Amino acid sequence: MSLQPISVFEFNELIVSGLFKYYGRRTALRNVTLTLRSGELVGLVGPNGAGKSTLLGVMATLIQPSKGGVHYGDHSPRQAGASLRANIGFLSHDLQLYSDLTARENLEFFAGLYGLDRPEWHARNALDYSGLADRADDLVQGFSRGMRQRLALERVLLHKPRLILLDEPFTGLDEVAGTRLIARLRELKNEDCIVLLATHDLEIVDGLLDRTVMLHSGEIVEFEKTMHGSLREQYQRTLQLISKA
Amino acid sequence: MNSFLRVAWLVMRKDLKVESRSWEMMSTTLFFAVSCVLVFSFAFVREGRAIEGAAAGILWIAVAFSGTLSLGPTFERERYHDALRGLLLAPVERAAVFVGKLLGVLLLMSVVEVVVAVLVALLFQAPLIQYFWWIGALLMLGNLGFASVGTLFAAMLARTRSRAVLLPILLYPITMPVLIAGVMGTVAVIQIEPNFDLARFWLALLLFFDAIFLTLALWTFEPVMTE
Repeated sequence: MSLQPISVFEFNELIVSGLFKYYGRRTALRNVTLTLRSGELVGLVGPNGAGKSTLLGVMATLIQPSKGGVHYGDHSPRQAGASLRANIGFLSHDLQLYSDLTARENLEFFAGLYGLDRPEWHARNALDYSGLADRADDLVQGFSRGMRQRLALERVLLHKPRLILLDEPFTGLDEVAGTRLIARLRELKNEDCIVLLATHDLEIVDGLLDRTVMLHSGEIVEFEKTMHGSLREQYQRTLQLISKA
Repeated sequence: MNSFLRVAWLVMRKDLKVESRSWEMMSTTLFFAVSCVLVFSFAFVREGRAIEGAAAGILWIAVAFSGTLSLGPTFERERYHDALRGLLLAPVERAAVFVGKLLGVLLLMSVVEVVVAVLVALLFQAPLIQYFWWIGALLMLGNLGFASVGTLFAAMLARTRSRAVLLPILLYPITMPVLIAGVMGTVAVIQIEPNFDLARFWLALLLFFDAIFLTLALWTFEPVMTE
């Protein structure tokens, strides 16, 4: 069974302007302003609780901002409606897989939801990419964290989204899978996707990212232009500067 | 089939596939409903004769309680690994996701109700099978109203900590008109001299409640699902 292709619109940049998000009295995001362009691979770093996942959730249209907004090219999420979501791939920390379904069933279900023709074909391709073809008919509940991570990533990329939001994509991956993911991210960049990845694995992404954006207590701190050294050193120095200020 | 119905079908099929792996919801609900009818049959049947009207009340009590049991896990399963967000991120009308979940619940409740109705008919000597079409219509419409509100509340409460407590607290007061209409309609059909005009009135009332509850649920599902 296949669905009619969804009418999608293209966008080449994502503009976040004056974004605030409150949870009761707590401010999760404070005046976040940021632009991401196609072909860019941007890192989102910051300590735990800095607001990284909330920001990704807002960009993915899953969380309603309290103030400010996000524009996808010329469109606001309200103008674009459901068709905007056809252009977003979001890998959250919780992986969004059904553990009582097999790897293949998970992929076919989501391929169907995204209106892809021949879901079986897309699922087979994704299984090949994730290196899980030999475990295709095993229930996901029997998979290790790394295997789930690989499957979830391919699930997110099934519909070839323009905007790719990844929350800790290297969690649980071994060296081979990590290297494979880096190659996959480079591919996506070459395909003109907008890729934003939140990570604590700074050694792995050092040299891979076009730029790094740092969130601290819900606010953006950019640090890549003024400092030298490894990404980890830059990150730690920025944290020190913030704590002194 | 248009895209709305196809998405609803995909979601329902996925839910049934997950259920078929464990039969967790079905077995719990069925076991509870059958136990409920058995216990009441010892209390309300004396010398082979049931108290008048008891069969209708017990049928609908079993429907309401077992329905609540089947509603909880529907969105609980979506909560594991945050699958709900994956579902909500798909470029589909969220109302179609709601309808898919609702259809899954309706199907499970219907299977349980068939078993319960047969058991009530046997133990309470109620002419439920004799008036199959009337009872079937009452149960179907009652199901729809109850499950529409229940599925919406289960979705709303999916992210809250005390959802198991809150679901019945919210659900029963609101669905009380549906349950009352169901009981009264069933009594009108299975009493010694059936009053089909009265049964028709309760059926129409059930249809009215269904229209309201289903419209409200479809209308509010999208906003309540956005954080």
